[in-house]
Amino acid sequence: MAEKKELAVSALRNGTVIDHIPSNALFKAVRILGLEDCDKAVTIGCNLPSSQLGTKGIIKVADTTFPAEVINRIAIIAPGAVINTIENYEVVRKEQVTLPAQIVNLVRCCNPKCITANEPMPTRFDTVNASTATLRCRYCEHEVSGDNIVLK
Amino acid sequence: MNSIVSINDLSKQELLSLLDAAAYFEAHPNHKILDGMVVATLFFEPSTRTRLSFETAVNRLGGRVIGFSDPAATSTSKGETLKDTIKMVSNYVDLIVMRHYLEGAARYATEVTDIPVINAGDGAHQHPSQTMLDLYSIYKTQGRLDDITVTMVGDLKYGRTVHSLLQALSHFRVKFNLVACNELRMPEEFRTFCDNNSIAYTESAEFSPEIINSSDIIYMTRVQRERFADLEEYERVKDIYTLHNAMLTDSRPNLRILHPLPRVNEINQDVDDNPKAYYFQQAKNGLFARQAMICKCLDINIDDLKHMNNG
Repeated sequence: MAEKKELAVSALRNGTVIDHIPSNALFKAVRILGLEDCDKAVTIGCNLPSSQLGTKGIIKVADTTFPAEVINRIAIIAPGAVINTIENYEVVRKEQVTLPAQIVNLVRCCNPKCITANEPMPTRFDTVNASTATLRCRYCEHEVSGDNIVLK
Repeated sequence: MNSIVSINDLSKQELLSLLDAAAYFEAHPNHKILDGMVVATLFFEPSTRTRLSFETAVNRLGGRVIGFSDPAATSTSKGETLKDTIKMVSNYVDLIVMRHYLEGAARYATEVTDIPVINAGDGAHQHPSQTMLDLYSIYKTQGRLDDITVTMVGDLKYGRTVHSLLQALSHFRVKFNLVACNELRMPEEFRTFCDNNSIAYTESAEFSPEIINSSDIIYMTRVQRERFADLEEYERVKDIYTLHNAMLTDSRPNLRILHPLPRVNEINQDVDDNPKAYYFQQAKNGLFARQAMICKCLDINIDDLKHMNNG
């Protein structure tokens, strides 16, 4: 099993491996990264065994590196995700995702009386606590955190 | 940008400058400093009291007012977005005063226009001119904002006026007594805010003589029936938080009773003639507070005005 897993990761020559995504957040992560429109080789693994999470998801994208502000968006739904940058079969960089200070047009405000829920406009959230993934709507100032975060 | 959307956007220095300006306008309410200027009052939700106060403030400063008091008569009812309405009105005026039923509407308005915006209430969110008039009323009746005890009574859960006032007073050395039943207790968010900012407060379900007699300000709020899931609870508490004149016998001489109005029965009419009752003058202070806010948004320096007045 361990051998296979290693093989799966090292099979990527150049690109990005996003590891330690909770299984139930995997496809949200796919959407956030816009991988539906990606023309590179994308491998998505779901419900893989994980000592930390029980099961986890993994995303591998060949020949692609993501700007930090794009990849950090997945911290909204997968705060423990790890980004591995692969060059020539080697992991050259390993980073934990961090919540961006500002999140534009990705999260829906759950307050039905918020202007963003009633006007065609982008939502804007500020991160008030990165460790609990607590976001505050810039308009109505309602806070939302963790599992209660709903993507637009 | 000179907009005023939330009381939390204002620094202590800005609050003090606004109080100073309000005091000046109380002494000299009529000026021609807005001569040639036009202010829009856009009330997407009716609020006659607030609208008349703002419009009087503009008129007393020599400006002119356009606007609407009922969105049914505007393009909003045809489905126009807030953005388009604000963009259109921005072509005509120097300042927008807006009230909206949606939370965050005023913040959004500031993002789509270069004209300053004053938030005259956005849903249950913010109503900074109410907070400024509350602050001015306390400052004026106590002569200071430091070392006073403010007792808030009634609906501390949903009452946005008490939340905003608490935050505005956090710049000063104020002790709070929070009097409410469990269902309408001050939300955790604001209790944490007090803890984090070393603000002293007590919580009590009982509106006791000790609390009343140690207060410099009693801020009463309306306990609304529709806030209760349990109507028996409402029947039980609705009269506990009613202030009667007899309860004020041993209160401090400098005590003043405030209420954002409209009141229903939380202050008995027998309090009205007590010189400690201040809620009607409090509403009048709104005019001066709003004059001060309008001048701030239009970059009008009050010190220049004072100078002209003396010279």
